Amino acid sequence: MNWKAFLALLARDAHVARRNLIQLILQTFLQPLLFVFIFGRVMVGSGYMPAIYKSLLLPGIMAMSMVFTGVWAVAMPLIAEFQFTREIEDRLLAPIDISWVAVEKVVFGLMQGLVAGMAVIPLAWIILRPGLELHIASPGLFLFIALLVAGFSSCGGLALGCSVDQQHIGLMFSMVMTPMIFFGCTYYPWSALKMFPILSKIVLINPLVYASEGLRATLVPQFPDHLPLAAILVMLIVFDVLLLLVGLRQFRNKSVS
Amino acid sequence: MNSAIRTRELRKVYNSAPPVAAGGAPAGKGKTGKVPKVEIRALDGIDLDVAPGQIFGLLGPNGAGKSTTVGILTTRVRPTSGTAWIGEYDVWREQTAAKRQIGVVAQRPNLDFSLTAREILVFHGAYFGLGSHERSERAKELLDRFKLTDRADQLVRGFSGGMMQRVSIARAMMHDPKVLFLDEPSVGLDPQTRLLLWELIREYNQKGRTILLTTHNMEEADALCERLAIIDHGRIIAQGTPRELKASIPGGYLLRLRFGENHTAALIEELGRLAGVTEARASGESAVDLYAGRGGSLIPEIVGMASGLGVELSDVHISEPSLENLFLHHTGRSLRE
Repeated sequence: MNWKAFLALLARDAHVARRNLIQLILQTFLQPLLFVFIFGRVMVGSGYMPAIYKSLLLPGIMAMSMVFTGVWAVAMPLIAEFQFTREIEDRLLAPIDISWVAVEKVVFGLMQGLVAGMAVIPLAWIILRPGLELHIASPGLFLFIALLVAGFSSCGGLALGCSVDQQHIGLMFSMVMTPMIFFGCTYYPWSALKMFPILSKIVLINPLVYASEGLRATLVPQFPDHLPLAAILVMLIVFDVLLLLVGLRQFRNKSVS
Repeated sequence: MNSAIRTRELRKVYNSAPPVAAGGAPAGKGKTGKVPKVEIRALDGIDLDVAPGQIFGLLGPNGAGKSTTVGILTTRVRPTSGTAWIGEYDVWREQTAAKRQIGVVAQRPNLDFSLTAREILVFHGAYFGLGSHERSERAKELLDRFKLTDRADQLVRGFSGGMMQRVSIARAMMHDPKVLFLDEPSVGLDPQTRLLLWELIREYNQKGRTILLTTHNMEEADALCERLAIIDHGRIIAQGTPRELKASIPGGYLLRLRFGENHTAALIEELGRLAGVTEARASGESAVDLYAGRGGSLIPEIVGMASGLGVELSDVHISEPSLENLFLHHTGRSLRE
């Protein structure tokens, strides 16, 4: 393993991210900001939602923000770089196994996803404060779950980015990301689906469900009606490994003809 | 002596349309976007040996298999069968080690559009483990040598084709690789930039580096290469120094004749009997190619002989011994067709 080359690849991505910092910040924070404001402030403030909804909503917004950022941060550059300009070629020719080029993308996307998720907390603190109750009983477990969530997001970004052409980006977001978010238990807990027995089973194939429920379990334990923690952890690990393997395979297929 | 580049029995069959940069034959792509199952034999048993320090040329028309050969040697295309080595490293078994030995200039500029010219060079150096001082010094030197200094700190997105090409080549030389691959390096360059490019290639070669370049330009192959392989339909059809190759054309001169009427077997036979003519062959319904030891002095005899047979000579094109004629001789097709 050539660490020097790996770090240089990370440095390249960090450099490009620094150059596009403002764009990156808008892209990462605008959406969670709007969600927190509309659902947490407007809906609760006007009395359409009870005040406890603020705390229930926050982990879901966090999960969504992490997944969206993680997928976007890996998939979008990859789709562009694998286009006919083959911008990625120089990195594929670096003296390091090409799988590590993909792993580097995943690591960088994971970090972006974590930042996007963690930033939701202070954001919500400012906007939602009176009435927001977070109890992080086990910071270690919370961070571990956050890491797994950011992990499957960027691995998913790798798999999608190596499977989707530029002309299908819009389709990818409307067909994959949108249903994933709405059926991802982000705006409601999984227990709210009890009255739809079939739907509540189907959504279990959605990794975002475990992300939302896992963060809910560790951030707002005052809502005890979540999926069992052991199941959440197992499924998150399964999705991390599965999407990484699929992503690496797609990446190798895409980079060597 | 060990070869710098060696391939044995290299074959490549694409099951789908090959990537454009690999230059394979175009697949019959339907309007629906569905690609019919096609098998394209891009390489059909390529054996190459390039000595260290040599400038070696792969010459052939578009789709001959040049880029696929380069692709396999540079880890970008997986061979269907056969082996390829860079120095002592098997390209497909010891990929990382092989990648350390090579610099690659692809047929189309594949620059990192998010970076400036200088950053492209510096990051490339970093991938190859150069120290930070070393890489900025070397980038500065190369930018200067490639006349890019005044645009060095701009994003390459806005560069012209020629400038992108220069950045690509500078990048490939950045880590001072033992073997440099240049795939059609001078396509789309103006004559002035082309001369600069040739100079830079020769200069790099003088440091003892091996260079493999592909081209369909005879002049370029003639001017730069010490050895050439002529490649067509995935096979090497001739190999040697430019001089040897040219000497192998029967007669040396090529006279392309066109007649007013369709030619006859008798005409071709008579033409073949003219003094100095080594070969006469039909190249169309009313066209004949003559390979001969002399050029213009044959014309009066041809005219006289043809009119004796009641045929009128309508057009003549004489070319001196060249690689172009060589290609034509071996394949029956012109390089540019």
